[in-house]
Amino acid sequence: MTDRTEAFDIVKTQIEPFNKKGVEVSEATSFQHDLEWDSLTVMDFVAAIEDEFDILITMNMQAEIETVGQLVDAVVKLKG
Amino acid sequence: MTDLFSKFDALIAEREGLMATGIRDPFGIVMDQVKSPTEAVIKGKDTILLGTYNYMGMTFDPDVVAAGKAALDEFGSGTNGSRCLNGTFRDHMEAEEALKEFYGMAHAMVFSTGYQANLGFVSSIAGKGDYVILDADSHASIYDGCFLGNAEIVRFRHNSVEDLDKRLGRLPAEAGKLVVLEGVYSMLGDIAPLADMVKVAKKHGAMVLVDEAHSMGFFGEHGRGVYEEQGVEADVDFVVGTFSKSVGTVGGFVVSNHPKFEIMRLVTRPYVFTASLPPSVVATATTSIRKLMFAHNKRQHLWENVRQLHSGLKKLGFRLPTETPESAIVTVLLDDQEQTAMMWNEMIALGVYVNMARPPATPAGIYLLRCSLCAEHTSEQIETVLGRFAEAGRKVGAIA
Repeated sequence: MTDRTEAFDIVKTQIEPFNKKGVEVSEATSFQHDLEWDSLTVMDFVAAIEDEFDILITMNMQAEIETVGQLVDAVVKLKG
Repeated sequence: MTDLFSKFDALIAEREGLMATGIRDPFGIVMDQVKSPTEAVIKGKDTILLGTYNYMGMTFDPDVVAAGKAALDEFGSGTNGSRCLNGTFRDHMEAEEALKEFYGMAHAMVFSTGYQANLGFVSSIAGKGDYVILDADSHASIYDGCFLGNAEIVRFRHNSVEDLDKRLGRLPAEAGKLVVLEGVYSMLGDIAPLADMVKVAKKHGAMVLVDEAHSMGFFGEHGRGVYEEQGVEADVDFVVGTFSKSVGTVGGFVVSNHPKFEIMRLVTRPYVFTASLPPSVVATATTSIRKLMFAHNKRQHLWENVRQLHSGLKKLGFRLPTETPESAIVTVLLDDQEQTAMMWNEMIALGVYVNMARPPATPAGIYLLRCSLCAEHTSEQIETVLGRFAEAGRKVGAIA
């Protein structure tokens, strides 16, 4: 079981290299609207998260994830 | 009332901006006359066609055309129905027989387009709880097959064997898995390392589908595709292909050796709920496929054309995605949309038609002009094309 706060911190760290606009990252930050990532960036970022937590986030799951908070929830759930 | 079209406003504005620069519409070309597989008349100008998928130049083959005319006379202009009801004629069966022979497979299923073959097969073979694992640069028809179906979708980095291996390793061992690959990727013209990828897929217990739309007739000993050339025929479960490229008409297909394959005819919605191909189309396809089995000279000349264009463009200083030519697609990378559109416009004005492509058809951020070679291009035509590329490229500043 991954601690949620710990997961959030790790996700935040993983966002930084892709955070070209220097957006302040919170639970409510939207990948599309705030970070303005294109599909290639999303793919690279998802791969980084998958490697970090050793999980797999399918495209079906990705479609449901809009904010950083939702991603952290998904990571915690996948880690069981 | 909300205008449902307002979601397209940004695209409409972008197009208007592009057109305001005075260029012709790259997506609105009309061929007023088609003289041969390599020449057409566009707005009164004789134009060399360098952006069709007519790789083997079969569209004007006299035997192919004669077969279509005979079928029109004997069976009429259309079938008026589904393959599963009244829409299977003698010539549909013959097209499937020709495919079985061409690929050395036990089963063949002909769809009305290549798009529908991927759409239908991928969405039906992988169901709820199964996984489809696809290359990030997969064709739209593969993505759409995923979206139409109920399987879980996993993407891996384009042509990365390591990434494929890693992702397959994270899936439940007992789950059904379909790995979808393409022999040739149509935007950059690069080929897949199928030998390694198929091996990895099998290690993880996945079934493998390879789309060989852009390789039929000129890869591998029998022209079956990149999977044949790389020696993985025994481990590929399904091959998807099309009649609209090397074969020279329209239609799509899946071939397989799986003993239960025939059930797909009843469970694949884009096969069941649409009209079958007109008899003339399947008759031309059958004749063309049979001729492609022995088209060794055409094949050789196609590869000569590919090498001539690739090395010529490289020498002129154009940026190409592959160091050596890998397929019959030779792509020129350009800086941005404006330069690409201007370059395309110069080429069409000089009498050469190539494809202009931009995201989302291309991988993110890539703007390109795509040339596809034909076995019927003469080396003089390629020289002419190179001269025009040089002229246009200098004018728009793509080369020095």
